[in-house]
Amino acid sequence: MSRTWAYLSNYLVYSSMAVYTLSFFAHAIETAWAVRLTTEDSKKTLDYKRTEKVARIATAMMILGFLFLVAGVIARGISAGRVPWGNMYEFSITGAMAFSGAYLAALRKYDLRWLGLIVSIAVLLTLGTAVAVLYRPSAPLVPALKSTWLVIHVSAAIISGGVFLLANAIAATYLYLDAMESRGERTAWAKRLPSLEDLDQLSYRLVAFVFPLWTFAVIAGAIWAESAWGRYWGWDPKETWAFITWVAYAAYLHARVTVGWRGRKAAWLCLFAGSTFLFNYVYVNIWGTGKHTYSGL
Amino acid sequence: MSQEIDLPELGSVGLLRYGWRQLTSMRTALILLLLLGVAAIPGSIIPQRTQNPMKVSEYFKNSPDLFRWMDRFSLFDVYGSAWFSAIYILLFISLIGCVLPRTIEHFHASRALPPATPKNLDRMEQYSSWSAHGDELEKARDWFKSKGFRILEKDGSISAEKGFMRETGNLFFHLALILILLGISFSSLFGMRGEAILNVGERFVNIPTSYDSLQYGKLFKEGHLSNFVITVDKFTAKYNIETNAPEDYTLEVTFAQGDLRQSEKRTIKVNSPLRLGNTNIYLQANGYSPVVTVRDSKGNVAMQGPVPFLPQDGNLRSIGAIKVPDAQPQIGFVGSFVPTYARSEGNGAISAFPEALDPRLLLSAWIGDLGLDSGVPQSVYRIDTSKMKQVGLKSLKPGETYTYPQGSITFEGYQQWVNLQIVNDPGKNFALLGGIVAILGLLASLFTRRRRIWIRVGESVEVAGLAKNAAPGLEIEMQQFVAMLKGEK
Repeated sequence: MSRTWAYLSNYLVYSSMAVYTLSFFAHAIETAWAVRLTTEDSKKTLDYKRTEKVARIATAMMILGFLFLVAGVIARGISAGRVPWGNMYEFSITGAMAFSGAYLAALRKYDLRWLGLIVSIAVLLTLGTAVAVLYRPSAPLVPALKSTWLVIHVSAAIISGGVFLLANAIAATYLYLDAMESRGERTAWAKRLPSLEDLDQLSYRLVAFVFPLWTFAVIAGAIWAESAWGRYWGWDPKETWAFITWVAYAAYLHARVTVGWRGRKAAWLCLFAGSTFLFNYVYVNIWGTGKHTYSGL
Repeated sequence: MSQEIDLPELGSVGLLRYGWRQLTSMRTALILLLLLGVAAIPGSIIPQRTQNPMKVSEYFKNSPDLFRWMDRFSLFDVYGSAWFSAIYILLFISLIGCVLPRTIEHFHASRALPPATPKNLDRMEQYSSWSAHGDELEKARDWFKSKGFRILEKDGSISAEKGFMRETGNLFFHLALILILLGISFSSLFGMRGEAILNVGERFVNIPTSYDSLQYGKLFKEGHLSNFVITVDKFTAKYNIETNAPEDYTLEVTFAQGDLRQSEKRTIKVNSPLRLGNTNIYLQANGYSPVVTVRDSKGNVAMQGPVPFLPQDGNLRSIGAIKVPDAQPQIGFVGSFVPTYARSEGNGAISAFPEALDPRLLLSAWIGDLGLDSGVPQSVYRIDTSKMKQVGLKSLKPGETYTYPQGSITFEGYQQWVNLQIVNDPGKNFALLGGIVAILGLLASLFTRRRRIWIRVGESVEVAGLAKNAAPGLEIEMQQFVAMLKGEK
């Protein structure tokens, strides 16, 4: 029974990778055509419609891939009889799900399709690494992880992470375009991207929206640590880096709201804060020691 | 001609005031905040005494000179170091210096009425104007009141303001951070934390000498150890037969508090400690204790009982030392216990499963000076064999005896041990409260928009609005307001 679900989960994850790949190609084609449109000073409405159609296919594929991935994550959970957050393979597939989910959710409000290419590449890389390197057979949890707080703490952390990374991608785009604009005009393909001010605002809003959730994730972790390890804060490497991420984003919010940083400086700070989150995920899970490292990743 | 700039004398009071202003400036606070983040990094990369003392001593062995230098900068004790404390204490002073005046200011502002409607509304954002109907002012007043605006009515105009929760939330968030810090300091001054290894069947009385390690806060009084006795009745560990990973640890204890005649049965698990007010008892680790009987050459028992061994891997291959200081000459056994015996090439005996399915005790016997009187602290799991002579090696099944010229050792069987962590943390509820208030304050401050709306009714109706911090959403609100006034909805 549980083995069937585990296989099903694997197939779903593979299928989602295939669909994400299609989405990636559709985004690539759309970007290429859009670039040509802007270079040729588009008079051809036909071409424009064609590009728009491809963009829709790309987004539809992204949604489909996301749904496959959600199903894959759920099947993984059923196979193990628990929430699927017990090892790094499971964190990675859930993280990829959260990242593309954050993108799709933001897409409802903002036209972010220019970001789709980056998102699909990032998701494919994460899933590829998960499947090829991090895969572990589905198994029950070790005693320390058996707690309702696993659901609360880890889901809050994963969602925050997805949104942080999205904000990071936007901040990086900002810096790239900013450098381009300071050299002169935007090149053809970049012309369809939003203005610098919009990018600046967008990454700020994403961070401001998710910062309370990250605070909650850290506090929920502390409450859980109190009942599992006998202390709510112990400067375990994972805790330390969660704290560093928190401090970095707090500094970012203060810099914007109180000191009035905008643009380049704010984007760098945002990138720095996001990289502390990534570092925590990669370094501490793989090379770190401490209480957050469980058997074999 | 050179002009000299006339600098005013600062004086000591002026200097203090200058320093205070610098410290409480937002710029300084921001730098301190970032510095705190950076200062936390080394502690996550360099091993810390509080978490991994073994790794720290390894560091010392590998490069003693570097170690001494690093230790001078407290790099093995970052989070208790003077420089780390200095950063967060300065940050919190800066925070208090910033938050307290703002709290007072905000308290006054929240009781004051909004400022009067400016003369030239057409210079404001979201301005619009149309010819008056007559009842706009009443309509506006009702609308403002129903939406919880605070209003000032004067000379045919209303000035309305909303969104004070933004600053209130912001202040509560920062005050809550101070509460968390107070909770942590309170715990470290008045709390205690200790560990004890107990074999199944043993009894623990909560007095200082029962502990294997015990740390007090600076202001903790010994008499504050809560009065209880615990007997370890049964320990069950369940393992996954495919992955060998543990699935469940259950510890059953008999527990008596105050009156020792009234005892009760309790269960302790990894995620559910035994809670007695501020004192909690946690199940932290477990392992095996081989039970041995050591006899001298005449057959007299020199030592008998379970000896806790330290697990080395997921399958609980454990190492330990059996020391018999009363024997003449002293004898010690460097031992290795495997719960499920298997052989691997190169490594000798290994354990194939963490449950004791086919236990073996592998011993190497040493005769000589155990070094227990040398004054140097010794690990109970290791023997310093530098002044000893090896007399033999043996692998024993339960019930078997190994006889050597000076006596014999019998491997009677095994017991399980558990490591109990006993913690008194009186400040943690303050920290928890601080955490909850911090999140609520953060939500209030990040999702409340502070804005003002004005209306003036004369021959024509004029309305305008202003959002602080360019918060979004004012445009839509103004559209609704205007539609309501015009009676469109």
